[in-house]
Amino acid sequence: MTTPLLSVSSLNKRFGTTIACDDISFDLWPGEVLGIVGESGSGKTTLLRSIAGLIEPDSGEINYRATGGEVDVHLMSEPELRRLQRTEWAFVHQHPRDGLRLNVSAGANIGERLMANNWRHYADIRTEALKWLAAVEIDEARIDDLPRTFSGGMQQRLQIARNLVTSPRLVFMDEPTGGLDVSVQARLLDLIRSLVRDLGLSAIVVTHDLAVARLLSTRLMVMKDARVIEQGLTDQVLEDPQAAYSQLLVSSVLQV
Amino acid sequence: MTRKPVLSVEQIDKQFVLHTQNGAILDVLRGTSLAVSAVEIAALCGPSGAGKSSLLKAVYGTYRVNGGRILVRHGDDTIDVATAAPRTISALRRNTIGYVSQFLRVIPRVPALDIVADPAIEQGVTPDDARARAADLLRRLRIPDSLFKLSPSTFSGGEQQRVNIARAMAAPRPLMLFDEPTASLDPENRATVLQMIAGLRDSGTAVLGIFHDPADRKTLGARDIDMTTCGREETVHA
Ligand SMILES: Nc1ncnc2c1ncn2[C@@H]1O[C@H](COP(=O)(O)OP(=O)(O)O)[C@@H](O)[C@H]1O
Ligand SMILES: Nc1ncnc2c1ncn2[C@@H]1O[C@H](COP(=O)(O)OP(=O)(O)O)[C@@H](O)[C@H]1O
Ligand SMILES: [Mg+2]
Ligand SMILES: [Mg+2]
Repeated sequence: MTTPLLSVSSLNKRFGTTIACDDISFDLWPGEVLGIVGESGSGKTTLLRSIAGLIEPDSGEINYRATGGEVDVHLMSEPELRRLQRTEWAFVHQHPRDGLRLNVSAGANIGERLMANNWRHYADIRTEALKWLAAVEIDEARIDDLPRTFSGGMQQRLQIARNLVTSPRLVFMDEPTGGLDVSVQARLLDLIRSLVRDLGLSAIVVTHDLAVARLLSTRLMVMKDARVIEQGLTDQVLEDPQAAYSQLLVSSVLQV
Repeated sequence: MTRKPVLSVEQIDKQFVLHTQNGAILDVLRGTSLAVSAVEIAALCGPSGAGKSSLLKAVYGTYRVNGGRILVRHGDDTIDVATAAPRTISALRRNTIGYVSQFLRVIPRVPALDIVADPAIEQGVTPDDARARAADLLRRLRIPDSLFKLSPSTFSGGEQQRVNIARAMAAPRPLMLFDEPTASLDPENRATVLQMIAGLRDSGTAVLGIFHDPADRKTLGARDIDMTTCGREETVHA
């Protein structure tokens, strides 16, 4: 019997009088990709960032089963949390500029995380960076170019390479294909899907796009007004939605 | 000889509440019961709209029933799909229940060969072996080699259906569900698919399917289950 990789219980977060997350609890199991869907403003990003230790919730527990033992994310010391975020976790932001350093080369963007994981030899780091550029379908000749000069789709692929290079165990993604063209989006989704599978990662993917959720996630949670109103296997939620809002969400998409 | 069934559906109810249509209620399954054993093909019969596809989806865990039990033998355990947690249902699907939907769900950019090999890889077959198995099945189903590397999104309906069947056949599980697997096939491919399904049965599988054509059911030697009466007799005559 395995235990959850991550357990969230009774998480609450307000901004002034706005309730962003209202008493949210769930488990994430090893190897699972959990999709969080719901309309804009329903609290998805706040939930994801709270779990990932990027913002402090008002109350609630987030227990993560780290390789070294179970930890409560919001009771960890700042350096411990930072270490976790750089090693076992990865966060793919919607906007590549939030997850990349635009003024250092593509190779250095990838190398930075390796160095944080105690890689020391320049040649090894460069070789690994080249391997990852290839994996995310970026021309290896661009290794010394600045990400500023990349297209949006390339920047997003670089952000993914930078995040996955150290084989994290848990990846957080916030609208990873957000503002991209449909064709660029399809390619990126395919890439994320195969990487998650081949590396055996667990992931939490926030998206307002049900097609993205269908493609990437094993399980889905539907959020509305800061609460989780429905959850289940992806096909259960999309083919037999129970809550009125989930039915509306599903029926408003032409084909999922 | 009596066998313990692989699948026992006991008095299940399935209701759809259509919130976006003024809360209209559809009673699709009411007190439906049936059982399927190993080395057997059972065929769901009944007019369109009788709930045949819904029943298969309930057994597969996609549709969540409102009452009753759906007991499936999973290794040494018996699992009730009606109440099983998502993770348990995922495990059931990986190793115990296979389902061939009416229409293939294509994944953009993923070639036919990989779509077919996928479930076998999930079961732990090495990727090379799974792809070899997939290629063999696709050839038996007369899909030309030139299509193996292409995404089935542009394939004809009949080709997509055969890819879907190959995908399930590449990872046979003790309980196999088929929703009109021969619906858009030419006579040659129809015969091949029926042969494959009979082969599954002969190797010990419990098969539950929907076969529109009575001739198919006859070829398969299937036991017919009438959806308009199944499980109701007891309640009606009680
Ligand atoms: N930093 C913040 N300050 C004030 N309000 C915020 C902040 N972040 C989010 N909110 C509010 O919290 C609610 C949930 O927002 P968010 O988590 O971004 O939703 P989603 O990602 O589902 O669109 C919204 O009402 C939003 O305006
Ligand atoms: N996801 C669903 N939501 C709402 N109604 C559904 C859904 N699936 C099936 N139904 C309805 O259930 C009834 C039975 O459908 P189905 O199981 O497909 O029948 P059959 O396969 O016997 O033709 C139909 O009225 C159909 O519209
Ligand atoms: Mg957001
Ligand atoms: Mg049907």
